Formats: sequence, C-alpha cells, structure tokens
Amino acid sequence: MSTTAQRSALSAPVPGIASALVWGAGQLINRQAGKAAFFFVFFAGAIGWEVSSGNYYAGMEFTARSNGGFFVKGLWGLFTLGSQPRQMTINGLTEGDNSIVLMANGLIALLTLALLAVMWIWSIRDAVRYRARLNAGGERERSRDYFRQLWDGAFAYIVLSPGLVLIVFMSVLPVLFGILVAFTDYNRDNLPPKNLVNWVGLDNFATILSVPAWTGTFFGVLVWTFVWAIFATASTYAFGFLQAVLLSSRRVRFPRVWRSIFLLPWAVPAIVSALVFRSMFNGQFGPISQFLVDIGLTEERIYWFTDPSMPNVARGVALLINLWLGFPFFMALIGGVLTNIPATYYEAARIDGAGPVHQLRYITLPVVHRTVAPLLILAFVSNFNNFGVIYFLTEGGPDNADYRFAGSTDLLITWLFKLTLDNRLYNIGAVMSLVIFVIVGTISVWNLNRSKAIREL
Amino acid sequence: MNHQQRAPQRRDRIVERQRRRNLLATVFLHLELAVVAVIVVFPLLWVVGASLGPGGGLASATPIPTDASFDNYVHLFTETDYGRWYLNSLYVAVLNMIGSVLLAALCGYVFARVRFRGRKAGMLSILILQMFPTFLTAIAVYMLFLNFGLLDSLTGLALVSIAAALPYNIWLMKGYTDNLPASLDEAAAIDGAGRLLIFRRIMLPLMRPMLTFVAITQFTMPWMDFILPRLLLQSPDKQTVALGLFQMITDQYQNDFTSFAAGAVVLAVPITILYIVLQRYLVTGAAAGAEKG
Repeated sequence: MSTTAQRSALSAPVPGIASALVWGAGQLINRQAGKAAFFFVFFAGAIGWEVSSGNYYAGMEFTARSNGGFFVKGLWGLFTLGSQPRQMTINGLTEGDNSIVLMANGLIALLTLALLAVMWIWSIRDAVRYRARLNAGGERERSRDYFRQLWDGAFAYIVLSPGLVLIVFMSVLPVLFGILVAFTDYNRDNLPPKNLVNWVGLDNFATILSVPAWTGTFFGVLVWTFVWAIFATASTYAFGFLQAVLLSSRRVRFPRVWRSIFLLPWAVPAIVSALVFRSMFNGQFGPISQFLVDIGLTEERIYWFTDPSMPNVARGVALLINLWLGFPFFMALIGGVLTNIPATYYEAARIDGAGPVHQLRYITLPVVHRTVAPLLILAFVSNFNNFGVIYFLTEGGPDNADYRFAGSTDLLITWLFKLTLDNRLYNIGAVMSLVIFVIVGTISVWNLNRSKAIREL
Repeated sequence: MNHQQRAPQRRDRIVERQRRRNLLATVFLHLELAVVAVIVVFPLLWVVGASLGPGGGLASATPIPTDASFDNYVHLFTETDYGRWYLNSLYVAVLNMIGSVLLAALCGYVFARVRFRGRKAGMLSILILQMFPTFLTAIAVYMLFLNFGLLDSLTGLALVSIAAALPYNIWLMKGYTDNLPASLDEAAAIDGAGRLLIFRRIMLPLMRPMLTFVAITQFTMPWMDFILPRLLLQSPDKQTVALGLFQMITDQYQNDFTSFAAGAVVLAVPITILYIVLQRYLVTGAAAGAEKG
C-alpha cells in the first residue's frame, strides 16, 4: 500500500525530465531497467563517438576545428565551411580545410543528430507516459514484454531499412547538399581544397535575376523550355491519337503488322535514334542536306543544328524528331483504350444518325481523354526535363551569342548540365536545380491534388 | 413497269458510288500508313545499312549498301573498346535490375499491407522525392563523390541508379499491391504463416506483372542512361555503351561513322526485341504509374 502512495506522489514529468538529461534515467526511475539500458546505450554511443573521434584533453584550449569530434566538428564545418585555406609554408603545402567535404560531413552529422533526436523524444515520451499510466493505476509492464511487442511491430521498419538507408544516402543527402550549394560561392574560381568556399546567402539568385546576361539567358531558356514541353506533348499525343484511330479502323489490312512497325521508335533506345538523327541532319555530311541540294530545293547545304542565323529551324526540327520518337507510346496506349470502348456506344450513335466525325468527337475523344489525361501531365514533365533528345541531337546548338553557356535549343536541364559539368559553375547550377524543382514540383502537386493518390495514402 | 425497273438501278448506282468512296478511303488510309511507315523505318534502315556498308565516313552511308559486309562489326569489337563498354553496361544493368526489383517488391509490399507508425509520412516523403528529377540528385552526387574520391566505380553507379529510381518504383509497387485481393494473405495469416512467408509464397507471384515492368525498365535503363554515367565515370575502361557511342559520334565524326552505326545496331537490337515482345507489360505499367502518381 505504501508503495502505491509513493508512486502516485511522483508526478509524470519528473521521469521525463530525467530522461531528457540522461537518456534512460527516467525509465530507471520508473524501474524498467531493460528499457533504461536500451536508451542509455544510444546516449553513451553518441557521446562516445563524439569523444573518440575528437581530441578531448583536459586542460587544453578547445576549438571546434582541431578538437571537435564527429558531431561538433561536423556542425562547425557546416556553419563555417572551414577557416584555413591551403597555404604554402616552409614545410610545403599545409593541409587546408576542404569546404565541400566539411559541408558533406556536417550534413551527415546533422542527419545522424536528427535520428538521435527522434530517439531522445521517444525516450522522454515513453518515460512520461508510462509514469502517467502507473499514476492512473495501470499495470506494471516488464521491459522484455515491451521489446517483444516492439519487435513484432518493427517488421515493417526492418524490411524497409535497406531501402531507407540507400535513399537517405543517395537521394536525401545529395538533395540537401544540392540545396546548400545554391547558397555558396562554389564554382570554378573557387575550388576546394585550394580555396575555401563561403556562404553567400542569396547572391546567386540575385545574380541570375539582376545580371542582364544571366537574366536574358535564364528567361530565354525558360520560355523555350515551356514552348518545347507544350508542343512536344501536344504533337505526340495528337499524332499518336490519329494513328491509333486509323489503325483501329476495320478497313486496315494487317493492323498488327502496321502497329509493330509504328512501335519501332518507342522500342529502339532513344539515345540511338537521337544520335542517328543527329548524323542524318548533320550539316556538312548528312544525307538530308545532300538530298535537298541534289533535288535542287536548296542551293547550299543546310546546317540544321549549327547555323546561328536560324535557331527556329533547329527548334522545329527538334520538335519533329521528338514527334517521331514520342508518338508510338501514345499510339499504343490509346490503341488499348480504343479496344475497350464498347461497340454498343457506336451502334447507338449510328442509329441516332451520327457520322464518323461526330462519333469521333463525342465518343472516342472524351473516353480517351479521360483515361490518358494524367499521363499527359506526366509526359509534360518528362518533356520539360527531356535531356536526351536535345543533348544528343543538338547539344543545345546552334550557338546563341546573347546567351551565357547556352545555345538556342537548350532546355533548362541541358543548360544546367553544361553549367555544372563543362563550366563548373556549381552554385549557379544548384540554383537552376532549385528552379526546375519548384516548377516541376508545382505541376506534380497540382496533378496529385486532382488525383485520388493522396487520399488513398 | 418502267418505274419498277429504275429503282433497283438507282440503288445499284448508290451502292456503287458508296463502294467506290469506301475503296478510296481505304486506299488513302493505307497510303497514310505507308508514308508514316517509311518515315519511321527509313532512319533505322539507314543506320543498319551504314553499319553493313564500306567503312568510313558519314557521307558514304546509304540505306542499302551494294557490297554488304560485317567488317564494321569486326572493327568495332577488335579496334575499339566497345566489348569492354558492353560488359560494363551489362554489369550495371544486372545489378540495377536485381537491386531495384528486390527493394521495390519488399518496400511496396510493406507500404501496401503493413500498418505501422510513420507510414503516411514515409509515403509522402517518397512522393516528394520522386518529383525530384533524377538529374538534380545526380549532380549533387557527382559533387559529393568528387570530393570523397568515390568517382569511377561501376558498383557506385548501380547503387546511385537504384536509389534514384527507388521512390518511383516503391510508389508503383505499392499502388499495384493495394489493388491485389487482401483475402489471400489474410487467410494465410490466419493459418499462422509469418509475414516473410506470406510475402514470398503469396504476394510475390501476384506482384509479378508489375515486377516484370520494374525489371525490364531497370534493366534497360543503364544501357540508355547518359547523365549519371557521364557524371560518375571517368576512366576510359569504365565507360558504358551510351557514353562510348556518344563519344564516337562527337570525337571521330567524319572517319568513324560506320563503327558508330555498328555499335548502335548492337545496342539497339536486343532492347528493341525485348520491348516489342514485352510491350503489353511496358505500356500498362507506364499507364499504371501515371494513374497512381
């Protein structure tokens, strides 16, 4: 009886505060030794890691740079990006700080800390709740039962963990890193380990929006990217629709043969087709220019993708080639939808006196459109980021003297590629990545809101 | 009498006119199909012809060479590193396929069938992650690998590829598994089967159509992918087919076009056959992805 009185005397937050200070302490107060040990191991592990990876000596002056362990030095590096550049001394080159390595380590430390914070909150909440339950007259629970229950519930986490680890290190970490680089001066003039990289706030965004050469390129490329995405999607859809409808006609002999032929551009790897077209439309040696000269249509060879005086020809040809590449997919898809439209629809329409055009307009089109609409948005997004066609076909050409590091057919994504890889302007490239993400993300979120996917989550 | 005779005659004429119009429509229909077919086939025929024709430059390439030979193919495998690139691509493709199928099946199953804490948040993060174009992560991965000295590894490339496609694949598998009847695995659970056993014996066979889709797309992707290998691979003996072909056509343009053509054919033929044979899976799979995401 006296123990019950003692227990209820202890208010719930007390073990919580204890656990907040030393993990597991609250559980120990609650007399759950196993659980206490579990949390304490993480606590001790984190501190042990920090101490063993750093240089902690008693009585020595402490600086984060030279004494900090995994967490302290990591965070220090993330905030300062290093303080000592590589220098020439009488002993040769000193080892300076590599800002990018520091930044990445800092991010890893931060992610680990975030995971530990989850554990920390869990331990506090567990201590408080358990005590509150005891105070309310609940049964005692042994640590072992708790863990067995946890183990049964943890099946999902165990199975998910390999995928999770891969995604965190290969996707989440790089995405965070990419976002951070947009706020630094990491570019070809400022490469570690020779130089230190600095935080520059919003300077890169300001550069793109205020330096005329950058602004002109950015908006020029942005507008063309939208034009490209809209026309590429619309043309492939329309032509795919047309071919599917024609093929579904009962008059067509050997429809399967035709269908297989038309599917070829979809089945052949796009990189191969695009490179083949690049050669065919080669100005100097390509057969198309030659053919046009031979039949007397043009006096000189046409430099389709390299003549700066006619960027719109290059753009138009690129769209046509994209049509060649893209229509079969829509044709196959719409062909599948067409076979599923009940024949009774058309019979009823015929009895009502509707001609083929009306049937197409009021039956085929709405049915197909309803099924294919979500795919259109997906196709728009993938065309928006259609690196393959543009880069393999034109490499962004023809040159545009008004643009910085971009040609007339460059999309945002190919421009980004050139900025990063050819010109090593990592910071500007990171800004462009963010811009692309915001655009694509907005479209995707809008699309998702309309679909049922979110509600079904 | 006269009147009666004329009526069938007129009907004949109408039928005749309609028949002729039908015939005309049929002819035009086939004409259109033929024109499109020629446009579709010509570039492919041209590159096959170039690969069989006399070795050399772009200008001499014709769709139907007069003296066809396999010299360019012999040249391709003896004089260039094409064989090496092919093996590299194969290695990445196989690794990418196995890893993706395994992880997508497991994670998709768990997200669809197991209720656990953080499931909603997890699905939402996956949804957001799959909106990031692969490309954006690729550039950051490049910067990270560059500074940590991890570039130039085919296994690394495969891991990055798996991770890049994983959110989308999980989303796809989860959506597909949601629509599978729950009665089967519930019955097995009542009979006392463990979760892993249910997954292996019951769910995996049911998930096969969509897993086939994931397997094909993930196997073919590394053959065609350019950005990731271009960023992550550097030394000449670590190139993939796509990189090699692109280099062939940009570096040695005038004098080695036929080798490129042969390489393009060797790359394209297996994938094309695979796509044509498995088109049903591929088209429905892509459509399912759009409906869910």
